[in-house]
Amino acid sequence: MDTRAELLGLLRENARYSVSDLARLTGRDENEIEEAIATLEQDGVLQGYQAVVDWSQADSEPVRATVELNVALDRETGYDDIAQRIVKFEEVRSLRLVSGDFDFALDVEADSMGAVSRFISEQVAPVPEVTQTVTHYVMESYKENGIEFGDGHDDDRLSVTP
Amino acid sequence: MTGPSIAERVRQVPPSGIRRFFELAEEMDDVISLGVGEPDFTAPSRAREAAISSIEQGRTSYTANRGKRELRETIADHIGKWDLTYDPAEEILVTAGASEALDLTFRALVDPGDIVAVAQPSYVSYVPSAIFAGGTVRPVQTKAQDEFVLTPEVLEEADAGDADLLVLCYPNNPTGATMTEAELARVAAFAREHDLTVLSDEIYADLTYAGEHTSIASFEGMKERTVVYNGFSKAYAMTGLRLGYALGPSEVINAMNRVHQYTMLSAPTTPQYAAIEALQSCDASVEAMRSQYDHRRKFVLSRFSEMGIDCFEATGAFYVFPECPWDDAEAFAQALLEEQNVAMVPGTAFGDSGSGHLRVSYATGLEELRTAMNRLERFLE
Repeated sequence: MDTRAELLGLLRENARYSVSDLARLTGRDENEIEEAIATLEQDGVLQGYQAVVDWSQADSEPVRATVELNVALDRETGYDDIAQRIVKFEEVRSLRLVSGDFDFALDVEADSMGAVSRFISEQVAPVPEVTQTVTHYVMESYKENGIEFGDGHDDDRLSVTP
Repeated sequence: MTGPSIAERVRQVPPSGIRRFFELAEEMDDVISLGVGEPDFTAPSRAREAAISSIEQGRTSYTANRGKRELRETIADHIGKWDLTYDPAEEILVTAGASEALDLTFRALVDPGDIVAVAQPSYVSYVPSAIFAGGTVRPVQTKAQDEFVLTPEVLEEADAGDADLLVLCYPNNPTGATMTEAELARVAAFAREHDLTVLSDEIYADLTYAGEHTSIASFEGMKERTVVYNGFSKAYAMTGLRLGYALGPSEVINAMNRVHQYTMLSAPTTPQYAAIEALQSCDASVEAMRSQYDHRRKFVLSRFSEMGIDCFEATGAFYVFPECPWDDAEAFAQALLEEQNVAMVPGTAFGDSGSGHLRVSYATGLEELRTAMNRLERFLE
């Protein structure tokens, strides 16, 4: 596997791996790893490093919702133009154009249900091309970014086996 | 009344060398064990679902003695990647783990006094199983300087040419050694020249990190004298489901099946459903596990090298086999366990040629491996 793909795999598994760990895990030297990461960042492949939070275990929990968005396009306005308008709001945690019954899928986050509702009704719905919004509040999260929440499974293997 | 007397062939087999060590480790808290010979992963979800679904559908009766026809056919397809061609009707036997298949082979082929050459260091059950069947074991000591591959030279040294059977296992437990096609070709030539029947345990065939596995049965003139063992425990992380299989010439498989039908009747049914699904749709899960093992392997080898511990680059299974920093590996392993709560298995548990070495399993999460390596470093200071 080439270094870039291997590094992406490892960093997606754990973005806190140090350069020396990444070097050990791939059998390469630290300089090579540092350079490869710098290039991935410069090329815009690596856009950031974030924590995965189980909010149900934290002291306070933001309100999160998935919002379906339908839009009507015209000659002057394409999907990218609409996306550019919506993507800039800090409440929008992710924005994707998707196939199927609606056009955009948004993940929205705010301090309260009222704040999420107001954001949708006052900032998103009034965008001229938006024809419909459907808001689904997140009730429980079981897995985020490939990480399962919960106690995990206990290692019930015998401590020494042949 | 003196009570039942235990048979001589059982009495002459000492308890597993791992046993004492296991008891020590079990008594302690907060032990990080690098002594585990099974994956830390669980079986792929699809395979588990297939097992559950078979039970829900009431598939709880015996299967054919040889195993479900569909499973044998799926196995026959799967092993094509190693250039192996076996007839599902006559040349494949599904067993309760590869260990059962090995035991069946010894019972089917060994007459009292037959000589069984065993390449060592080796998995702990070959020698006892051969003895239980009445065989005389002739250890063949592979060498650290050869990175523990089997060579005609060490076979000659052990007079293995006179033996009836030769047992080998690559990728190897405990050393992690693999053998290249060229190296295996020399062993195959030796086996043909001396008319040896070869028992090739290839349970780790899917877990190689420097090129594809080669089976000794794939060489010219070898299929007719070789029994190959594989199963679902290692690559598919299904150890507790106890399912393996043997591939061999029909007369050997038929003889093994004769013993199997009277002792086991058929391998457990539920795991057979899991195994079909595993072979048909779990390649990605196996690859994901293999990739993680490979990263951990490199991590551990790097840490050893930073600590000045000599270790050849093992490219298979999930073990590395470093030289022990002390002369006495047993004393070292015990002290490391008692002082730093890290368990490694002394190489002597796997035969004399394992002496001076430690088996270190990397079938353990990376964070635990990191902590274990840090503790080892502290211990060495």
